[in-house]
Amino acid sequence: MDSLTDKIRTLCTGLLKDGKVDMIVGFKKGTIPMSSCPCVARTPEQAKELIWDSNCTLNLANYLTNRKEKIGVVAKGCDSRNIVNHIIENKVTRENLYIIGVPCDGMVDKRKIRALFNDDITLFSEENNKLFVETASEKKELDKQDFLKNNCTTCIHRNPVIYDELAADPVEEQKIENRFADVIKIENMSSDDKWNYFNDLIKDCIRCYACRNACPLCYCPTCFVDESNPQWVGKGQDINDVRTFHLLRAYHCAGRCTDCGACEEACPMDIHVRAFTRKLVKDSCEIFDWEPGLDPNKRPALDTFNPDDPDGFIK
Amino acid sequence: MKNPYMPYPVRIDDIQIATEDRSLKTFKFVFLNKEDEEKFSYHAGQFAELSIPGKGEIPIGIASSPTEKGFVKFTVFKTGVVTSYLHDMKAGDIMGIRGPLGNWYPWEMLEKGKNIVIIGGGFAFTTLRSSIIYMLDPANRSKFGNIDVIYGSRSPGMLLYQNELFEWEKRDDINMNITVDGTDDPDWKYNVGFVPTIVEEKAPKADPDTYAIICGPPIMIKFTQPVLEKLGYRDDQIIMSLENRMKCGIGMCGRCNIGKELVCRDGPVFTLEQLNMTPKEY
Amino acid sequence: MKVIKIDKQNWTGGIDKSRENYQIFGPVKDKEHFVFKKLNLKEYPDMENALSVLSPKSILFPQSEKILAASLDESQDDHHIMKRVATDYSPRAVIGIMPCDAKAVQLVKLNFDTDDYRDPYWCDAYEATTFVGLAVNKPSIYDFTLSMGSGPFAEEGLDVLLVDCKDHFLAKVLSEKGDAFLKASGFTSEADADKSAKLINEIKNQAEKAIDAEKVKTEKLKEKSLLELHGASFWEDLSFSCINCGTCTFVCPTCWCFDIQDETKGKKAVRFRNWDSCMSPLFTLHASSHNPRAEKVQRVRQRFMHKLKYFVDKYDQGTMCVGCGRCVVHCPVNIDIREICNTMNSYEAEQA
Repeated sequence: MDSLTDKIRTLCTGLLKDGKVDMIVGFKKGTIPMSSCPCVARTPEQAKELIWDSNCTLNLANYLTNRKEKIGVVAKGCDSRNIVNHIIENKVTRENLYIIGVPCDGMVDKRKIRALFNDDITLFSEENNKLFVETASEKKELDKQDFLKNNCTTCIHRNPVIYDELAADPVEEQKIENRFADVIKIENMSSDDKWNYFNDLIKDCIRCYACRNACPLCYCPTCFVDESNPQWVGKGQDINDVRTFHLLRAYHCAGRCTDCGACEEACPMDIHVRAFTRKLVKDSCEIFDWEPGLDPNKRPALDTFNPDDPDGFIK
Repeated sequence: MKNPYMPYPVRIDDIQIATEDRSLKTFKFVFLNKEDEEKFSYHAGQFAELSIPGKGEIPIGIASSPTEKGFVKFTVFKTGVVTSYLHDMKAGDIMGIRGPLGNWYPWEMLEKGKNIVIIGGGFAFTTLRSSIIYMLDPANRSKFGNIDVIYGSRSPGMLLYQNELFEWEKRDDINMNITVDGTDDPDWKYNVGFVPTIVEEKAPKADPDTYAIICGPPIMIKFTQPVLEKLGYRDDQIIMSLENRMKCGIGMCGRCNIGKELVCRDGPVFTLEQLNMTPKEY
Repeated sequence: MKVIKIDKQNWTGGIDKSRENYQIFGPVKDKEHFVFKKLNLKEYPDMENALSVLSPKSILFPQSEKILAASLDESQDDHHIMKRVATDYSPRAVIGIMPCDAKAVQLVKLNFDTDDYRDPYWCDAYEATTFVGLAVNKPSIYDFTLSMGSGPFAEEGLDVLLVDCKDHFLAKVLSEKGDAFLKASGFTSEADADKSAKLINEIKNQAEKAIDAEKVKTEKLKEKSLLELHGASFWEDLSFSCINCGTCTFVCPTCWCFDIQDETKGKKAVRFRNWDSCMSPLFTLHASSHNPRAEKVQRVRQRFMHKLKYFVDKYDQGTMCVGCGRCVVHCPVNIDIREICNTMNSYEAEQA
């Protein structure tokens, strides 16, 4: 991982020195163990703060829109797919970006790791797929593979799909046996069980909208929940309003969601919000044979129409 | 202490269309309980929350004067959910008024014989109307020196309180300068020109005892400020009324602050001198 | 100072006894995290000082609260006349609240209980509540309460301070309310005042040692120029990573801003107040579509200026942050108030 950090710093310093970009969007070290902070580097000096490790979980495509600068961006597989989405949706242009691709072997789930300990984690480091975690009273060595974020365990696009330069050799893509096992489990529930499952899922939602705001797809100038004239959705904690938010947001991501997991990562209440979007990832894959964010020259599934499009889902 | 969120119940007594484009209407309210009128004792420059159950509340400057008894008046621009609904209500309908809220023009100081220059533009003439009626009241007029008014709107039909403006024009104890940005009415006998221009031409020069009260759209205020400076007005002689998004009106909900001041409770009236000490977040 | 000794084997029995006179609120584990809520019979507060995701502010200030209601049915005499919604303000006790969260309640009180206006919903709930705090023997690594005028054993805002002494609690009685609660729980066995004060002090010193009070500095905030801090260039970079969610404001024990919303159902109108967040552009959006804080950098600046400068200047009672560390833990993009506080505290105006 350290060699990746070094490589990213060298590349970015060069890009800034040569004036190839005005700024770099990357990650710097967080102020608490197992964290990272999206950051901007405008000078070679600032580029020395860039890092790469298994906590660089958020999606940096979120920081590229509505800017005039020529931007260098550090992008793992899912970030690169969201950059493709942005290009298709005219939020950024390819010419305005210099993409430093980072082949990714998965990000770690800090919640799974925290759950192993009784007290606060004070130190986190990693080497060769081993994680070293310390608290005031304990020390553990863990296999990274066992503590990946859920979306990383089913990821089949670990290598950036679009880049100007790679920071490392490509990694081997995962062969996933049953990629949507989690969705199928819910599909097989009875209507009542599904209803209860989703109600229980969102019962702690505080409507902070961290899931929406961490999502690179959610760039609407005014989100439907913020419409105030007329107001579309109630603002309180009524379960109907909370449910409306989650369902509509998920549908707005249909055929666009890359399952980067930023929504779940950002949620302070540990809500498994991907339970909504995963179903739509599965459907767009199975019904339309469509994986979003792979090719900037292809129109998305919900953007095109063919008379012989499958319509079995219309009931 | 009473519940500050509880509106006084009122009945809409009368609704008048205030401008030719019908975007403004003047509502006259009568309190359902006589004693509430006493409790709603206010000063010119204050505002209140018009409160429609099930729709919401909007902060609006009080257009009637404390010297007018038996009713309160508000002139409302149709823009959002609540104001649109209000524009469709009828005389006789019941709703609520919460207030009076905020501070007021510094009457205690001004009533010591100060000369007053009222500068208004567009819809923002409501609390200025309240102030003029208040000052012209026979019981109060002698407390003030000269009263000059410069009020402008886009066109003659967009002037608020037209009948009153033309009445005041005829009086000799108030110096009216009515203006419009433009008009094709050949019978228009008042000024044509933007408010800052007319201020430059007609407003009295600064004097230690002269105070300007300004209400208007941001663009008008932006161009009037340098004119007043040129005329020699000090920052503490320029009095303004601010607007910000508000909900509670009592300084608790947190959104209307400019720095540490809350527009709803520490304002809406500030001198330019005070505003120079705050971030420009309005 | 009266100190009561509570054997842990009598603890749940005492809680149960207190339920005859009090509604009991406290932290409990729900799914993976801790929440403060009203406890049902047979539910007992967790007494391990776990940092709840949301602060206990909701006990006095629910995220969504009905404040007024009216009938819209014109056949009713009182149609369209709003009335206060009935709420249960019978005595309640919050057990296991951290000292810093109790201090936060005192800071929020400055907003809701003023000379001009009294917010009856918050104030009535406050008056009904007895705050039974639990001293923090082992502060978390995120705890910076000592820098913010509080501390793991601070007593401000508490009616009782419980100190965990392994097989028993020592309960410092800090007010009449606290005394009444302990009596109602049957906890009446007085401990030797001197001995227990000494023991509590030992544990306290141990706990305070675990916090580096020098890490976060606030002493210069007051003397800084408000306008210079507001105009500082550091806000641009500090706010870059912010995604403008409301997490920091919602988890914060002192963030008190709210929205008022009306809803109707059939012929019934209800007025609510909901937590609101200065991170949202809608918070300050004018009906004219003008927005004085339209940009992210302005909203981020507002939050920290409010807590660390406007509040400091306005009330002269320290910062509007008690150092609980919740926003530090939960900010999805690691914006760290401790660093921002130090940046503000050490800021020297840039040369023009």
